[in-house]
Amino acid sequence: MDRNSIIAHIPRLRRYARLLTGDAHRADDLVQDTLERACIKWQLWQPGAEPALQLRAWLFTVMHNLFVNQVRGKAYAARRDAVSMDDIDIEGPVLDPGVRLDLERALRQLPADQLEIVLLVALEDFSYAEAAILINVPIGTVMSRLSRARKRLAELMDGVVPTKVSRPQLKVMK
Amino acid sequence: MTMMTEDDLHALADGRLGPERRAEVETWLAGQPEARAKADAWRAQNDALRALAREALDEPVPERLIAALNPQRQRWLTAVAAALVASVTMSAAGWFGHAWYAASGSSGSVVFAAKRFARDAMAAHVVYSPEVRHPVEVAAAEQQHLVQWLSKRLGTQLKAPLLQAQGFDLVGGRLLPGDNGARAQFMYQNAGGERVTLYLSAMPKNATTIPTAFRFENNGPVSAFYWIDRDLSYALSGDLQRSRLLQLSELVYTQLGG
Repeated sequence: MDRNSIIAHIPRLRRYARLLTGDAHRADDLVQDTLERACIKWQLWQPGAEPALQLRAWLFTVMHNLFVNQVRGKAYAARRDAVSMDDIDIEGPVLDPGVRLDLERALRQLPADQLEIVLLVALEDFSYAEAAILINVPIGTVMSRLSRARKRLAELMDGVVPTKVSRPQLKVMK
Repeated sequence: MTMMTEDDLHALADGRLGPERRAEVETWLAGQPEARAKADAWRAQNDALRALAREALDEPVPERLIAALNPQRQRWLTAVAAALVASVTMSAAGWFGHAWYAASGSSGSVVFAAKRFARDAMAAHVVYSPEVRHPVEVAAAEQQHLVQWLSKRLGTQLKAPLLQAQGFDLVGGRLLPGDNGARAQFMYQNAGGERVTLYLSAMPKNATTIPTAFRFENNGPVSAFYWIDRDLSYALSGDLQRSRLLQLSELVYTQLGG
C-alpha cells in the first residue's frame, strides 16, 4: 500500500467525519480508527482502472463500516445532538453564520443513514452506484434515503419541524 | 421522451445526467415550476453542504493520524497520543491554548488556532446577541455568582470588566462548550441597544504565556479583536466600527491585565 496516497485522502476523510459525527475530536478518532483499520486490511483492497478514486471509495467504505458499528455502540455519535461552537467555521463565501448554524443543527437531526447518503453524494460527490456499493445497499435504497434526507433537511431548514426529534436506530444492512 | 421520475431531479441537482437526458429533463421542467424549484433547492443544499467544515481541508493533518498509517508503530504511538490528549485535557487547556503552545513550531496551525478562536467568539456573538428573552444564562444582577460560576468552570479567576465609561452595561454571561474546556461569554449592552460580547478561554496552566497584540477578524457585520493575556485568551465581538471596538478592547485589556 502506498502510504502517501492515503495521506492525500486524510483531509477529506476528516471533513466528512466532522459533519458525520458533529464533533471535531470524535471525527479525528473515527479517521484514526479508519486509517488503522485500512492498514490492517489493505491486502483486501484491489486497485482497478482508476486507483485514486477506488482507494478513496474504499477508505470511505472502511469508515462507513466503523461508523455503523460504532453508532450501535454510540461511541462516535453520542454528542450529535449537541451543537459545539468549535465545529462551526463561519468563514467562507457562501453561507452566513446563521444559515451555517441552522444547517449544522439540521444535519445533527437527520437519521444517521440519511445523513451518510447526503454527505456521500452531495459533499463527497460519489455517484449513486458508488454510494450503493460503499454502504452495501441496493441503489434503490440510496435513492429513497437521499430523497427522504433532502426533504427532511429542507423541512428542518425552514423551521417547520420542532428542533428536538427522536432519532431512529440505524438499521444495519447485511 | 421517457418518463420523468424524482430520481431525474436528484440526478439533475447532483450533476449526474448525461447531456441528452439533461436537456430532456430541463425541457420538461420548464412547464413544471414546482419540480424546478425542488431541483434548484437541492442543488442549493449541495452547495451549502460543501461550504460546511471546509476548514478541515486546510488544517494540517494531526500527527496521530499520520502515525496511524504505520502499523508497526501505531499501537504504542496511539497509546502515547491518547496519554498526551488526556494530559492536555486534564490541564483544562482549551484546544486553542493547546495548539498555540504545543504546536508553536508550526506557524500555520498557530494562526489557524487563533483565527478559529476568534471565529468561535463571533459565532457565539451571532447566536446569542440577538436574543431578546434569553441573551444570557445568568443576569448581571447576580454578578458575583456569575463570575464565580464561570471562574470555576474555566478553572481560573475571571473578572467581568466594567465598560460603563464607554456606555456599555453588563447584561450577564453564559458558559459555552469548547473542544477541551469551557468558554465564557460576557454580554454588554449600551443605551442604543447595541451589544458586544467578551469571549474567554483559559490557557494551559503550565504554558509560558506570551502576550499578543490585538488581532482583528471580521465576518460580515460582526468583527472581533482577540488577544492573549496571562492565562486567558480573549475575544471581544460586536457589530461596531473597528475604532470603537478597539477602544473597548483596550479598556478590557487595561482593566483585566493591570
